[in-house]
Amino acid sequence: MTTTTTTSTAPPVALLARFRVPAGFALGAVLLLGAAPLALSDFRLSLLAKYLCYAIVAVGVSLAWGRGGLMVLGQGVFFGLGGYAMAMHLKLADAAATGETLPDFMQLYGTGDGLPWWWAPFANPAFALAMTVLLPMAVAALLGFFVFQRRVKGAYFAILSQALAAALAIWLVGQQATTGGTNGLTDMQGFFGYSLDDPVNQRMVYFIIAVVLLLLMALARQLFVSRYGELLIAVRDSEERVRFLGYNPASVKLVAYVIAAGMAGLAGALFVPAVGIISPALIGIVPSIGFVIGAAVGGRASLVGAVLGAIAVAWAQSTLSDAFPAAWTYLQGLLFVVAVGFLPGGLASLGVVLRKRRAGTGTRTTGETV
Amino acid sequence: MSGEGLTVRDLRVTFDGFKAVDGVDLDIRPGDLRFLIGPNGAGKTTLVDAVTGLVKSTGSVRFGGEELIGKPVHRIARMGIGRTFQTATVFEELTVLQNLDIAAGAGRGVWTMLRRRKDIPEAVTKALETTGLTDLRDRPAGVLAHGQKQWLEIGMLLVQDVKLLLLDEPVAGMSHDEREATGELLRRVSEDHTVVVIEHDMDFMRSFARSVSVLHAGKVLSEGSVAEVQADPRVQEVYLGRASEPEPTPEPAAVSVPATEET
Repeated sequence: MTTTTTTSTAPPVALLARFRVPAGFALGAVLLLGAAPLALSDFRLSLLAKYLCYAIVAVGVSLAWGRGGLMVLGQGVFFGLGGYAMAMHLKLADAAATGETLPDFMQLYGTGDGLPWWWAPFANPAFALAMTVLLPMAVAALLGFFVFQRRVKGAYFAILSQALAAALAIWLVGQQATTGGTNGLTDMQGFFGYSLDDPVNQRMVYFIIAVVLLLLMALARQLFVSRYGELLIAVRDSEERVRFLGYNPASVKLVAYVIAAGMAGLAGALFVPAVGIISPALIGIVPSIGFVIGAAVGGRASLVGAVLGAIAVAWAQSTLSDAFPAAWTYLQGLLFVVAVGFLPGGLASLGVVLRKRRAGTGTRTTGETV
Repeated sequence: MSGEGLTVRDLRVTFDGFKAVDGVDLDIRPGDLRFLIGPNGAGKTTLVDAVTGLVKSTGSVRFGGEELIGKPVHRIARMGIGRTFQTATVFEELTVLQNLDIAAGAGRGVWTMLRRRKDIPEAVTKALETTGLTDLRDRPAGVLAHGQKQWLEIGMLLVQDVKLLLLDEPVAGMSHDEREATGELLRRVSEDHTVVVIEHDMDFMRSFARSVSVLHAGKVLSEGSVAEVQADPRVQEVYLGRASEPEPTPEPAAVSVPATEET
């Protein structure tokens, strides 16, 4: 008797607030793992799998840009590193399955010197899987260390990230013999022993991606509410002040940047079995901007906003770019400018903005004070 | 704990040939409530910038037996030197409690950082009481009144467990009541900390200073108690002539103020 009364005396509003987040996760899990696979055809579900990969990148963008203020316009680099690491392993596994030592494209375009030394370790599945996350994180750690220590920020940081994405894409194009060049790595047959032609296995890949997305959202949510999350906001809003409190803001930013890179790498790795290709065109400047647009439109500081925004923009892109291939790039740019310039909180903040406008206190809608 | 003293010897800061601080010597005893005054451009803020590592300087600044010059900003901060700026900089999007908690947390381990705050650290509770902000602890700092933001900043220094507080014009733009409250707060704080205040408000200085250093053109012009400094003719010449003006101005208009009334 006493136990039931104590639980029921909690005010309904507090109860609602307490269970809002777990309930949201449960709803997300039901939609992604139950409703979507039941309702969607194999084709639609494989498209959704691709969108969810972009959503995984958006989780990292939400952390680094939304909370940390780092305009990560070069996530294509990390997505690409993860994607290529996975694709290299799958190509080597395909070759081994047919008794060859070289992947098919190397037999066509290769130099004839055999397998390059840096390909060899990727034959090991554990090594390749670890590299999909560790390689992007290591590159981000190295880059971030120098960039943040030298206090490069704002637009300069964004341009630097962009340049790196462009550089990687251009380098890959030039390495036809070892990376597949413009074509990228494609035509994967198997995924750790399972044939990717089998629709059942394609569904399995979808489930893996959906579960990874939910787990990473839980991880990001924990970071958001932790003391680190509060410190990250403090660094975003007043880096100098944080320095005088005895923290090194460079390390605070580095952690967010490296985690975001790891998430992008994992997304790239999962993209390969889901879509069947990784190529320079998927990781250069335009896709790198694409990675942040979804988060910007949905609301970069809000985890759910960023994820839903990424899915919605990816869906709009594949729908509209079929109908109006030339117009999509312009529309993408317009979306980005409008979201960043006029609705910095994204659609997730629309309710708050409208409520404030109706109440006539539209003074701090942008959240920016000088 | 009664704070830690600061010893400055022949401190020099040069910007493109301009000597902003030109051979300053200072001895601030533990537990002092020292006011640094002087006309705009005298080098008061630059002096504080040099002590806290924000600008490059030569000479010697010793704190608790350790040399500060050459150390990066966050290391000096961790040694127990805290400062505020002319404009209050609190984290506007975070609550009063979150602001104080972050200030208390430099040196927290990774595991603590990655978890949610379970209970309020004792130092934070104490700082909330000292600054009188307990009732406002869950408000975003951005909505606080100007004076409350300054108190929050001072509170953030207190929870940092600093031994020396360097405050840059803490009462600028405050109402009379807020000034009085701030002065009382500084008095309480100086019981177990060393406090250095840069100030233009002469009434405020006279009411609360324990000792005063007058800076002029990058040099220490005079030093002593309020009465001693006020009696110094050199000080009257460059600065205290303004003291007879009824309204203290947060930003005096000219770089060097010609003495007109009391010379």
